[in-house]
Amino acid sequence: MMENFTPVSALVGGLLIGIGSALLLWTNGRIAGISGILGGLLRFDKSNLGWRAAFVAGLVLAPVLVSEFGPGIAPVKIDANIPMLIVAGLLVGIGTRIGSGCTSGHGVCGIGRLSPRSFIATLLFMATAIVTVFIMRNLPV
Amino acid sequence: MRVQLAALVSGLIFGVGLTISRMIDPSKIIGFLDVTGAWDPSLALVMIGALAVTLPAFAIARRHETTLFQSKLQLPTRNDIDPPLVIGAILFGIGWGIGGFCPGPALSALAFGLIKPMVFVAAMIVGMVGVQVLSKNPD
Repeated sequence: MMENFTPVSALVGGLLIGIGSALLLWTNGRIAGISGILGGLLRFDKSNLGWRAAFVAGLVLAPVLVSEFGPGIAPVKIDANIPMLIVAGLLVGIGTRIGSGCTSGHGVCGIGRLSPRSFIATLLFMATAIVTVFIMRNLPV
Repeated sequence: MRVQLAALVSGLIFGVGLTISRMIDPSKIIGFLDVTGAWDPSLALVMIGALAVTLPAFAIARRHETTLFQSKLQLPTRNDIDPPLVIGAILFGIGWGIGGFCPGPALSALAFGLIKPMVFVAAMIVGMVGVQVLSKNPD
């Protein structure tokens, strides 16, 4: 049990996620909700394009920073195959836009500002994801 | 310019957090969601660490009403639990469970130059644009 538990890196990483969110809030007055930021970017609303593109660029560059100047990154393991990833991506894209947020917007920021909508959304997507993994683990394939 | 620079630094810190905590690794996410298997509680600690900062950060921001750059805070105001919120969260949860990717970590994982994160992000963008095209009030 729990042989993969990495409490220190999880806690430190979590603090950094919180600090990134707090900085965006204190400087830009914005929620660090990735699906909302990306969704806004995809609307090409000119007045808000700059900060959104800059935040997303930071997200994409971050692993390069960790691998070049930090401790390096262990390889990731993606078990889902390409068709599964297409279905998953579509569901995540559709669900986060209909539901106004994802793990960051509802989970990290929404609960952080004590929003009842975000509490409910976070409970729902966590529970649904747990059930989904349970079903996939127990499929006779 | 300072607004964009601050957003870039915010995204970098956020992404370094996702990278160090291994949230960019779908097998790590599935390990947390797989509560009846070899359960890995790491993601719970990521959430606790993040909330330890965002809870006071939002409380402080609320008291000041403006940002450090003297602009207005732009926070959501709705409190109602409506069907789109519920349906959207459920669809997102199913997708998250299938792939092990949510939007932030998927974007950071593009840095690896691997085909799988690219396919996931492309499909996610198609889904997002689809909703925005069909919906009358995006956001």
